[in-house]
Amino acid sequence: MTDSTTPAPRRGVPLWVQIIIWVGLLGLLGIVALGLRRTQQGTVQPGQKIENFSLPMYTGYQHEGKSEVHLEDLRGKVVVLNFWASWCKPCEQEAAEMEQAWKQYEPTGKVVFLGADYVDTEPEARVYMKKFGITYANGPDLATKISQYFRIKGVPETYFIDQEGVLKYVQVGPFTSVDQIRSQIDKMLSE
Amino acid sequence: MKANSSQTAFYTLLFALVLTGLCAVPVLAQGPTPTDDDVNRIAKQLYCPVCESTPLDVCPTEACRQWRDLIRTMLADGKSEVEIKQYFVDHYGARVLAEPPNRWVSYLVPAVAILLGVLILVRGFQMWMKPSPVINGGPEQTNSDAPPVDPYVARLEEELKKQK
Repeated sequence: MTDSTTPAPRRGVPLWVQIIIWVGLLGLLGIVALGLRRTQQGTVQPGQKIENFSLPMYTGYQHEGKSEVHLEDLRGKVVVLNFWASWCKPCEQEAAEMEQAWKQYEPTGKVVFLGADYVDTEPEARVYMKKFGITYANGPDLATKISQYFRIKGVPETYFIDQEGVLKYVQVGPFTSVDQIRSQIDKMLSE
Repeated sequence: MKANSSQTAFYTLLFALVLTGLCAVPVLAQGPTPTDDDVNRIAKQLYCPVCESTPLDVCPTEACRQWRDLIRTMLADGKSEVEIKQYFVDHYGARVLAEPPNRWVSYLVPAVAILLGVLILVRGFQMWMKPSPVINGGPEQTNSDAPPVDPYVARLEEELKKQK
């Protein structure tokens, strides 16, 4: 009967170390979860209020005399924001249609077309715009800030923002006709 | 007559020299034509956001080809490697860099994490290596005459002896 019934004191990891380890692990899991959520989130969804952004124009392009467009200055107008690139073949399918649609709405003053050139080089972008005779406001998406905000998955993608700055419709991939573009704009103008 | 002809020859030579100098200026400004190695030396430090995880020097897409052409043009214009990389960061964001920008935060966070890890390990080892007090008289105590340290255990031992 030499064994005692009193339990031997536990030798283990101190409490503060355990807390740090668990907090660290939970933090790591949180970061992974946020990353996964962001990956699976997709583009910005219709109904969301779009934050202000600035798009500097390419030389020779402007909007109402300004060389930089701010979304908040376009309140009261329907904004058609098109992401494109000169290396993007599907963008070429809709380039002429976009310009044609712009020409139809330009005199009304109620619609603004913006072209955000995504991960592109200026000389090639200029060749592209000249080739398709693009006249609406166009500029580079500097540091890919705008495309990151919209979480675009590729080009072309077009975002229709209403007069209050709320996203109404997202077109992933090229438009196939001018009517397709017009139907969205007309719907927003009639609301 | 002789003076006139020597004057004409002098002015012709001067004109030829000036013309040669004017032609040489743009050539000097452009610098030597960059080789593929020159372009790839910078390209391999960049990643195009369109084709993530593929360095620019081996990326086969049209976007990457345009970027390499741009690097070549900038090198030909006499731009340095630092200037070219900065241009790409300004236009396409810091994520195009193979190595993150040299910011103190980049070093501070891992340094703090490593220090914390070392501290935890040292403290953990100290705790684990510390001998636990022997309270209950283990096998080594059975043949020992040393009195038990715990008064409760001592009393228990005493009671047990009485019962025998």
